[in-house]
Amino acid sequence: MRFGLSSSSRFHRSMNDAAANLRKTPLHARHVAMGARMVPFGGWEMPVQYAGITEEHLAVRRAAGLFDVSHMGEIEIAGDDALAAVQRISTNDASRLEIGQAQYSVLATDAGTFVDDLLVYRLADSHYLLVVNASGIQSDYAWIQQHIQGVGDAMAVNTSSRYALIAVQGPRALAILQTLTDVELDQIGYYRFTTGEVAGIRATISRTGYTGEDGFEVFVPPQGAERLWGALLTAGEPEGLRPAGLGARDTLRLEAAMRLSGQDVDDTTTVLEAGLGWTVGWEKADFVGRDALLTQRESGVTTKLVGFEMVGRGIARHGYRVLKDGEVVGRVTSGTRTPFLERAVGLAYVPRELTEAGSSLEIEIRERPVEATVVPLPFYKRDKG
Amino acid sequence: MYPTDRQYTREHEWVTVSGSTARVGITDYAQQQLGDVVFMELPEVGQEFAAGAQFGSIESVKAVSDIYCPLAGKVVEVNAALTDRPETVNQSAHEAWMIVLELSDPAATDGLLDAAAYAELVESL
Repeated sequence: MRFGLSSSSRFHRSMNDAAANLRKTPLHARHVAMGARMVPFGGWEMPVQYAGITEEHLAVRRAAGLFDVSHMGEIEIAGDDALAAVQRISTNDASRLEIGQAQYSVLATDAGTFVDDLLVYRLADSHYLLVVNASGIQSDYAWIQQHIQGVGDAMAVNTSSRYALIAVQGPRALAILQTLTDVELDQIGYYRFTTGEVAGIRATISRTGYTGEDGFEVFVPPQGAERLWGALLTAGEPEGLRPAGLGARDTLRLEAAMRLSGQDVDDTTTVLEAGLGWTVGWEKADFVGRDALLTQRESGVTTKLVGFEMVGRGIARHGYRVLKDGEVVGRVTSGTRTPFLERAVGLAYVPRELTEAGSSLEIEIRERPVEATVVPLPFYKRDKG
Repeated sequence: MYPTDRQYTREHEWVTVSGSTARVGITDYAQQQLGDVVFMELPEVGQEFAAGAQFGSIESVKAVSDIYCPLAGKVVEVNAALTDRPETVNQSAHEAWMIVLELSDPAATDGLLDAAAYAELVESL
């Protein structure tokens, strides 16, 4: 047999294996010692799974999962005009952020397509932290520097090496993390953050994640990563917490319909086509991509990202073609059989007339059309009761 | 580790030949590499395959992989239980046969490895 590569590792292999110079997080040796399978991802060697994707995925939905996401990049913007600089490069309206609040946003091109997606944290009055995807650290940083020139008193610094980032996600995440800190975690709202000690380490604790569950992402200095990881495993294992890799991270985010930068959204797809118009601060004076996005909002998009579920037998995958009455009308950007829902689902760009829930499509799987139907997003929504 | 009652390919399929028929599956090493198997596509009875031709696909949560025919022949039986419960491959790869072939030439097993040679191959990976 010939082993297939996952779409994400295929993408990142071509980009980075030539260099064969993969970066390692402060927890790399720990992952290897725990028996994780390591793969290249976005220029880093990262754990794709420990016990298995299904088991890790279910642990996050039912109890908790522990993720090393230290490969994510951090870029800080500070100075009297920091807000103006952030407003220029990021589509969302950062003026709405209070100190201690974060927002999802997009770095858009002039055409309104994606450079990357990111979270914008307001750390202080004139100090913002941008968390970007691993593969974009260098290119996003260069792009940001270029586009904030002339804004005034604002400086961008790539501070990625100053942070390790550990995510604890799932219905038991709060209880587990609470055993390691005096910070009252239930006082931190969704997309809010605070600073405090966790396991004796100075940390920024953010109520955010990429799994569709409640949970936290904890920023610590790299030298504190091993200690925090160990403390969370010890505190969490009796509660059902399991270490989880990029494989489960991918299936979890897909169930929650969170876009994957470089796969579901890239420089060929606009913010509106991606269904992320809510991240655009239309009232803002100006930002990169504004004119193109305004024009597209006026005219309406011709293709749009939708969720679909397979009706016929088969699993859609990244890159498969979408057919309607035998004609190619779109493409799948993500697809798998998700471990919790146990359904074959995916995301695809399709023409506007096929975006209604219930629309019938075919996905071309190994040269055969297989029936699928458009369904509302997200596929999975946690019960907040 | 690898049963000695059968032969193996360098592509991680196993085959048990008895008389003019053979059962085909994938090895324990292969299932470990795949991870959680969630879907399997197997051929129809009556389809013919050359040695080395792709006869099916196996999907884990993460990726799609191709399965090759170790020996030339015609499919005379397909393990439908496996397409219903593909995770069986993870539990017992060496029992989870996929197809039974009526062999074109039961003696044409030259390219196959015995258990020791296959174990050595896996060791080297």
